[in-house]
Amino acid sequence: MQDLKTVILHNREIAPGYFRMAILAPGYPQQALPGQFIMLRVQANSQPLLRRPFGIFKTGTLPAECSGMPEREFVELVYKVVGIGTQLMSTLQRGDEVELLGPLGQGFTLDKTATEHLLVGGGIGLVPLFMLAETLCRRGDRVRLLVGGRSRDDILAITEFERLGVETYVATDDGSLGEEGLVTAVLERKLNKYPQAAVYACGPTLMLNAVRSICHRQQVALQVSLEALMACGVGACLGCVVPGHQHSEDDPDYLCTCRQGPVFDADELKWPEGGPEGGE
Amino acid sequence: MSKMAKIKKPSLAVDLAGLQLRNPVMPASGTFGYGQEFAPYLDLEQIGAVMTKGISLRPKAGNPTPRIAETASGMLNAIGLQNVGIDLFIRDKVPYLETLTTPVIVNFFGNSLDEYIKVAKRLSELPAVDAVELNISCPNVKQGGIVFGTEPGAAAEVVSSVRRCLNKPLIVKLTPNVTDITVMARAVEDAGADVISCVNTLTGMAVDIHKRRLHLANGTGGLSGPAIKPVALRMVYQVVQAVEIPVIGIGGIMTAEDALEFLLVGAQAVQVGTANLVNPGAMADIVTGIETFCRNQGIEDINDWIGSLDQ
Repeated sequence: MQDLKTVILHNREIAPGYFRMAILAPGYPQQALPGQFIMLRVQANSQPLLRRPFGIFKTGTLPAECSGMPEREFVELVYKVVGIGTQLMSTLQRGDEVELLGPLGQGFTLDKTATEHLLVGGGIGLVPLFMLAETLCRRGDRVRLLVGGRSRDDILAITEFERLGVETYVATDDGSLGEEGLVTAVLERKLNKYPQAAVYACGPTLMLNAVRSICHRQQVALQVSLEALMACGVGACLGCVVPGHQHSEDDPDYLCTCRQGPVFDADELKWPEGGPEGGE
Repeated sequence: MSKMAKIKKPSLAVDLAGLQLRNPVMPASGTFGYGQEFAPYLDLEQIGAVMTKGISLRPKAGNPTPRIAETASGMLNAIGLQNVGIDLFIRDKVPYLETLTTPVIVNFFGNSLDEYIKVAKRLSELPAVDAVELNISCPNVKQGGIVFGTEPGAAAEVVSSVRRCLNKPLIVKLTPNVTDITVMARAVEDAGADVISCVNTLTGMAVDIHKRRLHLANGTGGLSGPAIKPVALRMVYQVVQAVEIPVIGIGGIMTAEDALEFLLVGAQAVQVGTANLVNPGAMADIVTGIETFCRNQGIEDINDWIGSLDQ
């Protein structure tokens, strides 16, 4: 964990409304674990006031810019422009200064027994799954990525997963890429074929609820990476809490997304009864 | 001594009702966890004091989410005073606080006079606790939920009751959500407060026009950050004029310059809140900035700056 005043290495639009930003980040390739996140501040004034949390997409090392200079370790983010913070980010260029706090939070726990892994990403939720895929592939495990989005423009970075040796399956709402429909339908089919797989998911709440229902019914292990409104990222503001599995209105039990998450074992959390895919 | 004279190391030490602080910068309750959360980012031996989040008699789960919303140059929070309760605080948090040489101030609150007194007695027994800060911005459930800190009689009663069972300096934190804060300030001074800290957050609201809903699950929340600084500064100025006891200034302090403004109008110390959430190392930057300012201005002792407004 460190708070770095550093600079942007590149920042470019990769699909309409989606950007990739690499930031000079010494130490990140050694420190950052799959599923961890960072808090980013892109300007020194108070508008916007708060940093924004972003899941780490990948880390790496670029060669020195010229001989005699050190290699450049970086962290890379993939983000969608949704509000004033990300709008401002999208205007930044190489060399612009940012403040980078991280790596933060608890990432994915690598399942020691499973050798089949199903990674489920909804839209931008695919971001924290990349380093997980890298790690599992390096171990020699079978990794399949199931990714869903509204249309082809919302399906990102697939070729990079494929380069790792990940089999990818795409579902879009409008059928413009992959099959037409929900990624959860793909998950059900894959789980029938690979009933011993471990599942890891990140995406919109409705998708996570459906994934949880399916995994619960099939009795397979599930880890989810959550997104939350967050002011500090270090467990101080308590703004990002989620209900734990024993939560009730009479006896509330909250977990901090930033400190105890953002990745949780599905059993740690309180899920809506039934859920959209439930109906048991 | 001429203003151009070089000051090697200005003295930033201040005295708060007998509590000796190495400098006048401390966190505001609720933005600093129980202290240990910030140890990776900030040398806790560099700040004037450590302030815990508010402790209550029993654990408190807090409000449903969303609990925070960002607003223009500020943020709203409705955390709901989530905390581990006094028993777990003593068992799990105090051992770390005992290792610090920096004075430790524990913020606490209750929902009845009885709860306030019970927590105050427990805190009195703890050698690691150097002072306490009383949050009176809470509803009194036994009196139909009227907020202790908005009614001079209720505020005086809770302050004098706590004062009687406490053997440490008592800081009373005032809410700005009153017609005349000086009335409250004099009431708590007369009731035995040693120090006043002000201001707590301003009650506010944010609306989402796309969802046609209020942003916060609680509806209203406390506004903090640079947006409230002018209001806070005015109230601190007024309270300093109204009472004899020391005042800690709070409200939107992000930089050393902000802190220096509060000190100039007479605050004996300052609390930094929202800035800790934006930058966990903010207080170290503020202390360094105050020191640099003093050196550049030829101020040997920060006490010469405090309350030295030219008027």
